[in-house]
Amino acid sequence: MRLLVVEDDRDAADYLKKALRESGHVAEVARDGEEGLALALDDEFDVLIVDRMLPKRDGLSVVSELRARGRSTPVLILSALGQVDDRVTGLRAGGDDYLAKPYSFSELLARIEALARRVAPQASDTTYKVGDLELDRLAHSVTRGGQDIPLQPREFRLLEYLMRHAGQVVTRTMLLENVWDYHFDPQTNVIDVHVSRLRSKIDKGFDKPLLHTVRGAGYMIRDGAR
Amino acid sequence: MTALGKLVRTTTFKIVAVYLLVFAVIAGALILYLARHTQDLVVSQLTETVEAEVRILNDQYRIGGIRRLVAVVDQRAAQPGSNLYLVTTYAGVALAGNVTDVPTSALDSQGWTEITYRRPEGGESTRESRALVRVFFLQGGFRLMVGRDFEERERLRQILAVPARWAVVLLVVLGVVGGLVVARRVLGRIDAMTASSGRIMAGDLAGRLPVAGSGDEFDRLANSLNTMLERIEGLMAGLKHVSDNIAHDLKTPLTRLRNRAEEALRTSQGEAGYRAALEATLEESEHLIRTFDALLMIARAEAGEAREGMVDFDAADVAKSVAELYEPLAEESGMTLGVEADGPLPVRGHRELVSQALANLVDNAIKHGAGEVRISARREGDQVLLTVADRGPGIPEKDRARVLERFVRLEASRSRPGSGLGLSLAAAVARLHGTEIKLADNNPGLRVSLALPLRPGYDKA
Repeated sequence: MRLLVVEDDRDAADYLKKALRESGHVAEVARDGEEGLALALDDEFDVLIVDRMLPKRDGLSVVSELRARGRSTPVLILSALGQVDDRVTGLRAGGDDYLAKPYSFSELLARIEALARRVAPQASDTTYKVGDLELDRLAHSVTRGGQDIPLQPREFRLLEYLMRHAGQVVTRTMLLENVWDYHFDPQTNVIDVHVSRLRSKIDKGFDKPLLHTVRGAGYMIRDGAR
Repeated sequence: MTALGKLVRTTTFKIVAVYLLVFAVIAGALILYLARHTQDLVVSQLTETVEAEVRILNDQYRIGGIRRLVAVVDQRAAQPGSNLYLVTTYAGVALAGNVTDVPTSALDSQGWTEITYRRPEGGESTRESRALVRVFFLQGGFRLMVGRDFEERERLRQILAVPARWAVVLLVVLGVVGGLVVARRVLGRIDAMTASSGRIMAGDLAGRLPVAGSGDEFDRLANSLNTMLERIEGLMAGLKHVSDNIAHDLKTPLTRLRNRAEEALRTSQGEAGYRAALEATLEESEHLIRTFDALLMIARAEAGEAREGMVDFDAADVAKSVAELYEPLAEESGMTLGVEADGPLPVRGHRELVSQALANLVDNAIKHGAGEVRISARREGDQVLLTVADRGPGIPEKDRARVLERFVRLEASRSRPGSGLGLSLAAAVARLHGTEIKLADNNPGLRVSLALPLRPGYDKA
């Protein structure tokens, strides 16, 4: 993927650039808001990573200007302001996701990949398929190998989110935000318990596990053969 | 600045001066009005008397001509305390009357006029005095003058003048004394307030402004300032407490972090050793970030900044949703989690913060409780109570107020995970909504209630 990092802190920008390259992405860096806006308008990027507080032009104004000029490139806003209300203003300005500093790189990477996928057409598919696991969004039904798997509504939404991002790492925070719509830290890892419940329903009794734990990052659903 | 200048600038002086001025103006106006009015009255009485006299004389003249008039005038003029009379010829020779030395010009025209005259008494002419007279021209060039002395008016004026003078003296004295008393009373209290605030500014944060107990404006002012001071003192104490605790609770993990890194560097045990050390470091920093986030959240809630995020929502939904989130965790910990929430229970508040506070309470209950945890949402008066009850060891009554403070963890739970901020966040969220959090005995266990204001205008079904 081609990414643009708009970040004024040299160390943070260099670290991001290097880490992203190691993950197989190409990252350009802009050091202030004006430069970031110019680059974003000039070039095609898959995802923009924009710091909220920037010299010359702040991050939110970069995003809203971009949107005003009809660009729909997905934007991840980074900010030291991590409260709910800050998040809301960030998303209102046209950001697609919001990540509070300090963040872990795996969280950032997972979110960038989810954002890039968001524009892919299959997000609107009515059925998701991973291996022999099938989820029908309209009928609200899940089958594996033709066998019906009854799920609670929340479990269904959890699986739906995981399957929409099949093959991608999904972090616990992403699940909490997107499946439960909570934006706070629940102290204990309640998400793990929900995921292991789901896992016992879709993987138990089948030889090939589909729902995997990615150490230090989160979860991923994928066909083991890939 | 001169002493006089200083005196003039004091509020006491200004109040006294204003007092005096107001008194003087009112008194002056009163006296003037009184004097005018009585004078007018006297003059109109004089006029009436003269006119009555004129009517009588006129009748006599019509009956008996000038002779009869002269006779009547002579007779009437001789009576004691009589009016003034004068009948003259065209040349001004007096035919009858009791006045002399009347200026001839006074008789030149008909009508009302004021004259200065002398009145012969016992053959001698006496002192000069003034009178109000009316002059008539009669046939044959005779002139008739009838009048009345101003003596009464003068006497009245004197009667009034003496008390008026005293009244002025009294007014000045009363004005000064009154002004001084008011000024002393009012300004004395202001001075006392100034002195108290000076002491408070100098650092005596426990100091308060004096309250006289009379419930007047000054008491109200002092009371509201004292309330403000109390709030400030509370905030300052909180701040100090926080900084003390930040020093402890953030520095301890920071020290551990540093120690781990140093140790790994010192005793390099190959890649596996570095890896383990780095993982431990990451975990420690995660913990630090959590603590920091919780602190920021509390600070925001307490500063009331989150007030913008207030929306209308159903508290029963929040209770059910949090229960749903924690139910698997409770089950895994060998407990049951029940929820009792009959909606709708519409409240106005910060949904996210309330959810987080409730989640913290449930998290605490699962960590410290045993057997069963119950979440309930119900209406009580104009409030909605979100309650979390557990069957754990509970909190002794004497510690209940203390655990709501930041970072306070009872010794019994020091070894368990947690930042010690869960309850204080819930308390801060309650304060943001203008309510409070209550800890009670669940016999056995702990029952924590977070109150929220029912949505204004919501009518019970």
